[in-house]
Order: sequence, then structure tokens, then C-alpha cells
Amino acid sequence: MTAVTETPVNLMRQRGAAAALRAFLPESSVLFEREDVKPYECDGLSAYRQVPMVVALPENEGEVQRILKTCFTLRVPVVARGAGTGLSGGALPLGNGVLLSLARMMRILEIDPRARTARVQPGVRNLAISEAAAPYGLYYAPDPSSQIACTIGGNVAENSGGVHCLKYGLTVHNIVKLRALSIEGEVMEIGSDGLDAAGYDLLALMTGSEGMLAVVTEVTVKLLPRPSRAQCMLAAFDDVTKAGQAVANIIAAGIIPAGLEMMDKPATRAVEPFVNAGYPLDAEALLICEADGTDEEVEEEMRRMQEVMRASGATEMRVSRDEAERLRFWAGRKAAFPAVGRITPDYYCMDGTIPRRHVGEVLRGIAGMEKKYRLRCANVFHAGDGNLHPLIMYDANDSDQLQRTEAFGAEILELCIQVGGTITGEHGVGVEKINQMCVQFTAEELEALHRVKHAFDEHALLNPGKAVPTLARCAEFGRMHVHVGQEKFPDLPRF
Amino acid sequence: MGEGWDGGVNCGETSWPCITSVSPVIPVAEMSQIIDQLAASIREAAARGTPLRIVGGGTKDFYGGALRGETLATSAYRGIVEYDPTELVITARAGTPLAEIEGALREKRQMLAFEPPHFGATTTLGGCVAAGLSGPRRACAGAVRDFVLGVRMLDGNGRDLHFGGRVMKNVAGYDVSRLMAGSLGTLGLILEASLKVLPLPPAEATLHLKCAEAEALALMNEWAGKPLPITATAFRNDDLGVRLSGAGAAVEAAAKRIGGTRVDTMLAGSFWNGIREQTDAWFSDARPLWRLSVKSTTPPLDLPGSQLIEWGGALRWLKTDAEARTIRETAARARGHATLFRGGDKAAGVFQPLSTPLMKIHQRLKQSFDPAGILNPGRMYPEF
Ligand SMILES: Cc1cc2nc3c(=O)[nH]c(=O)nc-3n(C[C@H](O)[C@H](O)[C@H](O)COP(=O)(O)OP(=O)(O)OC[C@H]3O[C@@H](n4cnc5c(N)ncnc54)[C@H](O)[C@@H]3O)c2cc1C
Repeated sequence: MTAVTETPVNLMRQRGAAAALRAFLPESSVLFEREDVKPYECDGLSAYRQVPMVVALPENEGEVQRILKTCFTLRVPVVARGAGTGLSGGALPLGNGVLLSLARMMRILEIDPRARTARVQPGVRNLAISEAAAPYGLYYAPDPSSQIACTIGGNVAENSGGVHCLKYGLTVHNIVKLRALSIEGEVMEIGSDGLDAAGYDLLALMTGSEGMLAVVTEVTVKLLPRPSRAQCMLAAFDDVTKAGQAVANIIAAGIIPAGLEMMDKPATRAVEPFVNAGYPLDAEALLICEADGTDEEVEEEMRRMQEVMRASGATEMRVSRDEAERLRFWAGRKAAFPAVGRITPDYYCMDGTIPRRHVGEVLRGIAGMEKKYRLRCANVFHAGDGNLHPLIMYDANDSDQLQRTEAFGAEILELCIQVGGTITGEHGVGVEKINQMCVQFTAEELEALHRVKHAFDEHALLNPGKAVPTLARCAEFGRMHVHVGQEKFPDLPRF
Repeated sequence: MGEGWDGGVNCGETSWPCITSVSPVIPVAEMSQIIDQLAASIREAAARGTPLRIVGGGTKDFYGGALRGETLATSAYRGIVEYDPTELVITARAGTPLAEIEGALREKRQMLAFEPPHFGATTTLGGCVAAGLSGPRRACAGAVRDFVLGVRMLDGNGRDLHFGGRVMKNVAGYDVSRLMAGSLGTLGLILEASLKVLPLPPAEATLHLKCAEAEALALMNEWAGKPLPITATAFRNDDLGVRLSGAGAAVEAAAKRIGGTRVDTMLAGSFWNGIREQTDAWFSDARPLWRLSVKSTTPPLDLPGSQLIEWGGALRWLKTDAEARTIRETAARARGHATLFRGGDKAAGVFQPLSTPLMKIHQRLKQSFDPAGILNPGRMYPEF
């Protein structure tokens, strides 16, 4: 994530592209003056910046279509952007490209309370869907911590999750249909209003594709009935490994909590003064655990979870007494990133996923790396899913710290791969983790991924250079792919 | 008391034998030899341009387009690779009998929540994923694709590729593993699959209500909008079956709210099994069987024949002699699609035709995974 040198904008090309777009778009929808395009120079991964050649701000699908057709004819690359909260540089612009902001397409087109679906434009904010559905007792389940800002289009592109996805699934489990435009401007209806569609599962392929295959112009999401009750519990542990074991014990007891999150001591200490959630500050690890459903279900599940926590060695337990307290328990977790942001000039959020049984080992590994790289790290963790978010604290003005941070992050990701996990659970590869893709995948697998892109976008004009590294890049990076648990000569005895 | 799943009567919900042959433990070296052989067969077929027909247990031969090509069997490549109940993930080889996987899960009080139909005792994991069919619990829990976490596959060049993984969340690279679910072996031979599993519900109850079709549809859609633990619905012959699963107290409370007649565990087990495996008497009708996947709130379909409704109204099985075109148009108007599931004349195609832009993407994806076009050609669409 080292800041790269910016590509200068070619003024001739810029004028040509802007003029071609202004032929059918109002002036206010096509920006190219430096001060106008500057706000788009980065997404949530601010270490990378690049001003786009042109920014286009369509207001409807027809305009998106004409923009794409124009760019296709001119062979100008296009980067789609929602709210720009992505954490892997997926919406980082190109100096020779058009940044296509979907932020003005923010209409909720239809809420069908009987069929429990909402049809929305891509720029609609995640939380706005649940707000619009609330009068019907319904909501949209995936709830990324950025939900007040991030768009549903960005959620689809990243397959975003939230603190409730252990029970309710990720974006891919909660959408039924997309309208998407190919780079050639062809309209594709993907999925259906039923529970499946004919042919290949392109809905799954589109989800998490980071704006590389098509531009999403409409999303139909599933809405769920709001559970009649939810209750939340905090359990403190004097050891992170014990807390990790408690998570496994909950699952082994046959419970799928609505939320199961973990924070380590540095994280709770950063958060508590910020939100006064009532977290115990001396605990090495804190589990936040939620049950939802009918009154009867919640009561039974809370009782069983308390038993398991006690048996797993929890030093302290607190159960929310009312809705206000429940929300306070969550407020701390949801504000973890900004809270850490307050105690350090900059932080770098990682996103590896591991098999849960390796939690203790990986957290110990990270503690070792803190010493090695002389940097502090707070850990928040979707424990139920094994999705880690180590937050490495650094000062971006110190180039040596920036480099150490980058190496620290890379080592965490490689540790995740080693224990059988993945380099990204929900934030995407973008530009950030592109080198680690060379470690996670073989050359043949990367080629297959490139061919998938080619099937949608022959000339590589949609968000080129992101998510899947070229083989040349991997060769330069010089790191070999490792297959987990697969050794060269497995039958030979080892000593 | 709610109905337990392991009453020891009929292995919970399926009628296949409880004690299945457990795959013999085969040394890793032998397993890699099997992969080498499969890969060699694919490479050879690709070089010669001769089609291959990938076969697991052969239980779904009836499903999809015409069967063409030399048989390539996955059955030798079998066995559970890894199963740790606390991770909620099972990884197994394609040739592993589905019953063996379900047996291992049941021992730990877990399940494949999408309740895949077997359609025969020999059905395999590979066939289950490739066919992409899900059972009664689908509307509440999700489909096969929702539980696929990763695959290992051989593409049309015999290359051994891994996508996804054994963890719950993974967005590294395009989601090729979910793409494989339901691709009917046209993109590659699935060698291994990792699936998310879920705990068995502690309690269950099945209720039957007498009502007409329109009323059943109204009820199913109304219930789905309420926080009720409904895990399956099935309507046919003026009888609506509803299954509740979850915490004992929640099931009891919901059962009171829904009403109807409660049936015992045995009867409930055989009822849902009959729906899932299509052994219910409703299916014995000799006419072709169509599967219409539509918006759940679609009113009773105006089509001749007899209907069985599942998935809260989103799945309509139809026994009919009506013309394919009429059925497909009706499905499209209901914002869904129709499949000629069993019997009938497959000459007019099995699956709903795709729009031109989607067909183009399908053909290009096929081309990129299987450039020689040798893997199960025509099994999905005649065009590839
Ligand atoms: C404080 C904070 C907390 C966060 N918490 C979470 C969390 O809990 N869980 C989680 O999963 N993520 C989280 N994120 C990450 C981020 O919010 C998500 O990835 C989100 O989905 C991005 O949405 P966006 O609208 O901002 O997309 P952008 O950042 O604008 O774009 C993201 C990607 O989507 C593509 N894209 C956007 N719109 C479209 C479209 N219409 N068609 C095609 N491609 C498109 C872009 O090209 C880019 O590749 C967090 C981020 C922050 C800053």
C-alpha cells in the first residue's frame, strides 16, 4: 500500500473524453478541472491517490449506458465508484480513465412488502434500505459498519458483510437480482424475482467482482422480518486463546448467534473513552454475542450462551437489560475503526479470514509482529466467521513507518494463507492486496480469473489492473504460491 | 416435545440407509493418481475433440439436456477430506456418497441446510453441487450455492484449480466456486467441494392446514414476513404442510399461532422426504414434470395440469401436457423461469432460453474454462 507516483493526466485525451461525454450530459455531470476531480482521488484506502482524467455523474441508467458506450468506442477505461468507502483501493481512479460515480442514482424504486424485496438504484446507501423498509417491519440484513455511508452498488461489488452475517449471510446471500451494463453498454438482467435463475449463477459471479465485470445499475435485495427481540451479551476473558475457544464451544453447542464479535484489549481501550459502551477494560479479550428471534428463542439462546461462556472461563458477563444498552454494546464495536483513528495519526485495516481454530495462534503471531515492526496493532474480529481486522497504527508522514506497516500487513496476510485462510474476507483485493493474490493463487488459477474477466470485458476497460494480478507482476513480486497443507512429497516421512 | 432429527427411525429426513459404506481410507498418493488419470482423460479428449460425460452417481441423468460423450466417472475419488464441526465446514471429494456426508454430519448434530434431493442411493457430492438442486429448506436457509465455500476442479484442459477456500468469508478473486454450483459439469469436473454446514435444529414440528391454492399462497407470503421459524412449506391437493424448526419454545409458540393439525415425527419425516425426493404420490402422475421458479407472490398460475407449491410460493411444480412455449411465457410473466424437469420432449430445450447478452457471456465463460467444448456439451443449452 505504498503510495504510488501519480500518472499525469493527458490533456488532449481529457478534452476529447470530456467533450464526448458533454455531448449528451449536462456540464455539471462531467468534471475535469483539477479542483473538481480532486475529491475523487482516493477511496477509504487513502495511501493511494490518483486524480481521475474525467469524472462522470450519471443520474439514470440511460446515461450510464451512453457513458459506457462512449468510453468503449474511445477505449477509455472506466472505474465505477459508489461512496468511496472501500478499504482496498477498488475505486482508485485511473489518470487516463473516467471515474463513473453512481452516487446520484440514489432512488429506492420499489418496496414490495408482501414479496419482501426492495428494488433500488446502485447509489442508495445501505442503511437507507432498512430505513425505508422499517414501516413494514422489514430490514436489509447485511450491515457493514460503514452502512450509513456505503452504497448497495459498492456492497455488491465487494460482497460486503457486517456483524450479523454469521447468521444472516453476506451480500451474496441477500440479493436476488441485478441490472448491470457491460462495458459495451448492453443491459443484462442477472438473477430473477424467484429464488434462482436459468443458466450459470452470474449473480454469484458478479457479487464481489469489484467493478471488473459490469456496472450495476439496479439491485433487488431481500428483506427480512425484523426479529421481535434481540439481546446482546458481553463476555470478558483473561486470555485471547480462551476467548477463541469459547467461540468454538458456542458453535459446537449448536448455536448460531446473530452476532459473535471479538475485540482485544488495545481495541476495547481505544473504544471505551470514545463511546462509553461499558466494556471491561482489564480483559485481554471481549466477546460480544447477540441472540435474536422470538422472545422464547432469545431467552433460551441467551441462557445456553451464558452457560457455554461460563464453562469456557469467562471472567465477567453482562447481558443487555434493554434496547438502549444493547445498542450501546454494539456502538463500541461499530465505532472501533474511528475510535482507533483517534489514538493514532493513521491506521491500516487488514481483512484476513482464517479457520477459527487458529485464532489464538494468529493473534500470537500478530503480537510477535508488533515487536518485529515496532508498531502497535489493535484487533477487532468477526469471530463467528473467523474474519480478522487487525488495525495497524502508524504515522503516514513517516515514510519508514509506512513501509514497516506495509510489511507488517503483508506478513499478517501470508500468515492467514498459511493456516488455511484467505487474504480478504470482505474488503476486496483492489490494488491493496494484489501482490498477496500471487501467494494465494497459482499462475494457472490467476489465468483462469483473467479469462473470466475477458468473458465480460474483452478489452479490459472496466477497472483494469485491480483485483487480479498479471503474471508478470507476480514474477516481479517474486513470491511463490503456497498451497495449504499440501507438501511436495507427502508420502515421505518427515523428521 | 418437538420432533428430534435423530430419532433413529429414518435418519431424520431421508429414507436412504442410515449406515452407509464409509469411504475406505486411501493413501494420498493413490488419490493424486486418480486425479492424474482424470486430468489425462480430459486432456486427451480435449486434444481429440471428443465429448466427455461426467458422472457421479448417475442419479440425475434425467436432468438437463441430452447426455453425450464418453463416461468419465468421479466415483473413485471419494472420501471426506476434512470435517471440523466447530468450523461449520466440511470438505469432501466429488465421488463421496451424499449419504456418507450426511451421516458424518448427523453424528455431530449438523446438516447440509439446503436439504439436497438425492434421487437415488448412489448420489454423490460432486453431482449435488454440479446439479445445484436444493430441497424444502431452501427458502429459509439458502440454496447449494449459498453454502459452497470453495471448490477444487479440473477445467477443460485438465488443469487442477482451487477457488474459494474453507473459510466463511472470502472475496479473493471472482467467485468461481459458486459459479460451479448448478453449472452441470459444463465448466469443469469438480474434484472437491467445501461446504458450510449448520447445526440441526433442536426441535421441529409439522402442521397441516386444509385450504385452497390462493389461500395457501396468501398464508405462505404472510408468514414469511413475520419472524416465525418456518423452514419448509409444501402445498398440494388442498393440503398445506408447514415445518417449524428451532428452539423448542419458539416452535411451540409458532405452532399455536399457525394452527392446523400436527402430525407425529414419523409421518412428518416421510412427508418432507416425499417432497424432497419426489416420491410423494403427487409426483406419480405420468405427465411431464415442469419446475417453475417465480416471484413468491405470483397468484395461482393459469396453466392446465396439477401443481405442487414449495418455497413459500417461489417454486411451483407442474404436471402438465401444456405446450413448452405457454409454460415459459407464464413463468417469464411471473418474473421467473421454467425448466422441463422430468420427462416430456427435450427437443425444445430444457431450460428457459437466455437473453442475447447473457447467452454471449455464457458462451464466453464456457469457452474460457473448456475451450475444446468437451465437458458435458449440450447438458445445459444446445449452444454450448
Ligand atoms: C469505517 C469503515 C467501516 C467499514 N466496515 C465494513 C464492514 O463492516 N464490512 C464490510 O464488508 N466492509 C466495510 N467497510 C468497507 C466498505 O464500506 C465496503 O467495501 C462498501 O461496500 C463499499 O461501498 P462504497 O459504496 O463505498 O463503494 P466504493 O468504495 O465506492 O467502491 C468499492 C468497489 O465497488 C465498485 N463499485 C461501486 N459501485 C459499483 C457499481 N454500481 N457497479 C459496479 N461496481 C461498483 C468500485 O469500482 C470499487 O471496486 C468499511 C469501510 C469503512 C471506511
